[in-house]
Amino acid sequence: MTVHAVHGEHPPGFAHQFEDMEQQREAGNLGMWLFLATEVMFFGGLFMSYIVYRTKYPGAFADGSRLLNVKFGAVNTAVLIASSLTMAMAIHSAQTGKKKPQVWYLILTMILGALFLFLKFNFEWRADYHEHLIPGFGFYVRPEWGGGGAHVQMFFLFYFFMTGLHALHMIVGIGILTVLTVMAARGRFYEQYYAPLESSGLYWHFVDIIWIFLFPLLYLAGGRYPIPGVTH
Amino acid sequence: MSGHVVPVRVYLAVFVSLLILTGLTTAVAFVDMGPFNLVVALVIAVAKMLLVVLFFMHIKYSPPLTRLVLIAAVLWLGIMVTLTLSDELTRGWEVKIQGLSAILPYFRALLP
Repeated sequence: MTVHAVHGEHPPGFAHQFEDMEQQREAGNLGMWLFLATEVMFFGGLFMSYIVYRTKYPGAFADGSRLLNVKFGAVNTAVLIASSLTMAMAIHSAQTGKKKPQVWYLILTMILGALFLFLKFNFEWRADYHEHLIPGFGFYVRPEWGGGGAHVQMFFLFYFFMTGLHALHMIVGIGILTVLTVMAARGRFYEQYYAPLESSGLYWHFVDIIWIFLFPLLYLAGGRYPIPGVTH
Repeated sequence: MSGHVVPVRVYLAVFVSLLILTGLTTAVAFVDMGPFNLVVALVIAVAKMLLVVLFFMHIKYSPPLTRLVLIAAVLWLGIMVTLTLSDELTRGWEVKIQGLSAILPYFRALLP
């Protein structure tokens, strides 16, 4: 009996070591969730440091936060949420056996992801550079910050590191989506087999969740209401 | 067998809820509520996370083992944050153990 003879009995996408398609699917999902658990700890270290420093220097973090562009932050949140919807719809298309919509939803997800990065880099980070808000690159400590100026720089260190790590995850995600789009266009996914789509979807939604927390912690930390005596 | 197929209207409802919550958290930041600004922001963020996890990430329809991994991840993050803060936030506390410092010399005297 040859391997090929055995292989021929299996549906496409099925690996021999599993009992059936359902077991394979659940095992793959479990593995992806384990990876995401390590990612929670990876980002968790940053969130924890943020908590420690914000507790120590609440005023400086509020000053720094108010300098961020809340409009871009909110719009980008909406863009990411929309990309999560299109990702979920790509998997839904595979589950219901629709080939073409899979490809289109994946392309749409990539476009929304790229739009997020474009808004972030081209408008926000560029403006921060011009306003001398990048730590270590001619960071200008403004006199209105008072004694806590150096700690505002600490806030921006968190801002760039956290959003930078998030953006890196998005770039990796767009790379994965590119591969998935090619696979989907070749008709690899159908009602019985769509594990790569599902695992990558979990990753994409996870990156979305990170941003859901980054948005209030970075953009809304200082509040946006006018503060008496503070003009900036 | 191919997993639970979530109806499209559920996805759309989650999407609209997430957009509304994003608008709400942004709007609330423009109102001065003192320490409650942070509370509201975090409650909304957790609500949004739950929506994404339950529906987009299919945890509502996943086997218990998968849910356990998620719970473990949150628990471990909690352990890390709690233990770190229990150190970091209590460093300024003044420790005065009068009784102990009073009897310490006697213990030292017992040593060779």
